[in-house]
Formats: sequence, C-alpha cells, structure tokens
Amino acid sequence: MDAQTIIARRVARELRPGNLVNLGIGIPTLVANYVPAGLNVFFQSENGLIGTGPIPEQGMAHPLLTDAGGKPISALPGAATFDSAISFGLIRGGHVDITVLGGLQVDADGHLANWMIPGKMVPGMGGAMDLVTGAKRVIVAMQHAARGKSKIVARCNLPLTSVRPVDLVVTDMAVIAFPGGKATLLETAPGVTVAEVLEVTEAELALPDAIPAMML
Amino acid sequence: MKSVSAEEAVAMIPNNARIMIGGFMGVGTPERLLDELVRQKKSGLTLISNDAATPGKGVGKLFEGAQVSSMIGTHIGLNPKAQQQMLGKQITVDLIPQGTFVERIRAGGCGLGGVLTPTGVGTLVEDGKQKIEVDGKPYLLEKALRADFALVHAFLADYAGNLSYALTARNFNPVMAMAADTVIVTAEHIVPVGVIAPDHVMTPGPLVDYLVANG
Repeated sequence: MDAQTIIARRVARELRPGNLVNLGIGIPTLVANYVPAGLNVFFQSENGLIGTGPIPEQGMAHPLLTDAGGKPISALPGAATFDSAISFGLIRGGHVDITVLGGLQVDADGHLANWMIPGKMVPGMGGAMDLVTGAKRVIVAMQHAARGKSKIVARCNLPLTSVRPVDLVVTDMAVIAFPGGKATLLETAPGVTVAEVLEVTEAELALPDAIPAMML
Repeated sequence: MKSVSAEEAVAMIPNNARIMIGGFMGVGTPERLLDELVRQKKSGLTLISNDAATPGKGVGKLFEGAQVSSMIGTHIGLNPKAQQQMLGKQITVDLIPQGTFVERIRAGGCGLGGVLTPTGVGTLVEDGKQKIEVDGKPYLLEKALRADFALVHAFLADYAGNLSYALTARNFNPVMAMAADTVIVTAEHIVPVGVIAPDHVMTPGPLVDYLVANG
C-alpha cells in the first residue's frame, strides 16, 4: 500500500455516522474513496455544497457544479447548495464535525502550518484558517517527512494557520494526537516500528504503554 | 433596473475602479463582462475576488494584460501570472481568510462597520488589526469591504432584476450584489417575471442596477 493510501484509509476510520466533513485538496480528497460501506457522512465543498459525490462520468459534468479547485464533481441525493457566507458560517460556526487538511508542519503543541512558505510559495490561505479555527475536529493528513526532513517539528518555523491546535495527525508512519497538549504517538503504520517513527520525528513524542499498528 | 449591452456596461467602469467580481475559480463569473474589460483595456483595477482563477478563465483574464494593480482575495495559487506579478511587486495582493473575506463584504453590504472573527488570531493575519475580547475570547476586528462596481453572474434573471443562482456558481455573487455602488449582472437565462417564484429569489431585483442583455 502506498503512503497516500495508508493515510487516506486511516483517516476514513475517523468518520462517524452523520458527520459533516470538509476535505482539503491533495491527500485529504482521497479520504472520500475509503468511507466504510454503509456509513452515511456528508461532505462539504466550501465553494457552496453539502453532499458532494464522485467525479461525474465522461459527458455528465455540469459546468456550474465543481469542487473548490474548480474541477467537476457530482451531487448526491439530499445535497444542498448555498452561498459563501453560509458556507463559512458552517465552517467557522462549529457546524463542521471534521476537517481533514494537508500540512507543511505540525509541531509538538499541535500547531499547524500549511498555507505559506515565505518568499517561496504564497498562494493564500483560502479557507484553511477558518477550517482550523472553527471545525469541531481538525485532522491533518500528510507525509511524515518531506525529502528526509520531519514534518512533525518541535516548533513550527513556518507561519501558523491557527493558534488552535489540531486534534489528530495521520501520516504514512504514525497516528499522533495531543492529549494534555503533548504530542503522543498513538499508532504506527503496518510494518513500521516505534523506534523507526522516533528516528524520523523531530518533535518529542510521548509513548503510551500500548502503541498498536494502524487498522486500515 | 436598466437593460444594457456588455459593451455599454463595461464602458461605465472607469480605469482605476474598485470592482468586486463573483465566482470561485472561474465558476459563477460573468465571463462576458471579463471579456469586455479585456477588450476595452480597463487598467489600474482594484480587483476584489475570491481567487485569481486560472490563466484565460474568469478573472484570470485580467492578469494577462496586467489590468489589475491591486487585488484583495483569498487564494491566487492556481494562476502563475498573478503569482509572478505579486512576487515581482507589479501588483499588491491582500490575502485574507476566505470566511473573513466574505463576511467583510457582507458587512459592507449590510451597513455594518465590520465583523469580529476568531479566524487569524495569533497568526500573520492579525498584524495591524484591532483585537477585541468578547466574553473572554479574542477576536479580530475585520472592517467592511465595499466596491464601486459589483459584477455578478446569475443563473436566472427576470425582467425585474430578481436573481437566482445555480449549484456552486452562487458562491460570492449574492453577497457582492449588496456591497457595491453599482451592480451589473449577467445571467445564463433572462426570463419573464414570475418564472422565479418569490421564495426562490436569492437577490431581490431592487439591488440590481444593470442587467446585461443576452444574445
């Protein structure tokens, strides 16, 4: 199983019946492919839709029905559309149960940086700051390391997305949460040892007595 | 509400105008007005739009001929031309969180001085802004945003200027239709009064100054 699939499958296990879920671009988008059969969740697209469905078949796309990247999507039975003020009212107002976002860095306090690299990449924050500030649960789905460098850092040196700490980080190597404000290793990916995780993780991780392998 | 051609509509917009344009990545954008802004070579524009779309699409068209001098938006990462012009300091770009962006416009249209939002507290976004505590929780004071012109795209417009929108093309359009001195609308279909049921009108006709004739 490749890194992205491991991450997406593990995040999908966090979804609960009836959850309103917002998926960011990149790896988070893949989570929709692994929703357990029979589990009814609502996906929000922040450009104004609850009830996003799969990419339409060839010739079935509608030019006025797209995801937040402007790509064609479909809408499921029961879908609802709304303007951007309501869309972000849902997000900031705590009506979104789970947001899954990509990350550049998460630090030992659970702070996320994911919207700019000063001087290099300044695309804008889009909806990320509102999502992290307002969603009930924030899950970061990202690779554990980039070019051999840990993305789980002691302290973010990139600009923060929010001062609100994230709830869970799922990587291709580990699941990390922040009980009591302390980065804690909850699970390891199949075939990955605790020692291997610690070796590539810059942040100090608390180690509970039992650290099971991820169920995928 | 007055009916005009796209050419007449854009002729009303002076160089250096401050314009809000609806749409999200070019979806729900009044493309015919964008084409006309390009054709009439309007320049020095302050563009208030969620994103810079992509080159050749929606507001992305305005960056090809460097018609924008300043942009207020939330994301320009998918338009390399806009990125280049920002990094090259040919344009100034004020990037703000999307929820804040829409609420500032809503405030501008609703007679409010601004809004208090928790988004951005403790980040680069709070620089230069007033922080206000309400019941022990910190918020940023984000001021109202208005424009000289709002360029709005609807799905249906009736002869009285009542508008409804379709699917994800609604986005910022109804909010912007309240926040500008002059509101110019294009619609996919112009229909007789009554086709849009009163309960389905999303932007009431009196907000619309000009409806661009189709065909």
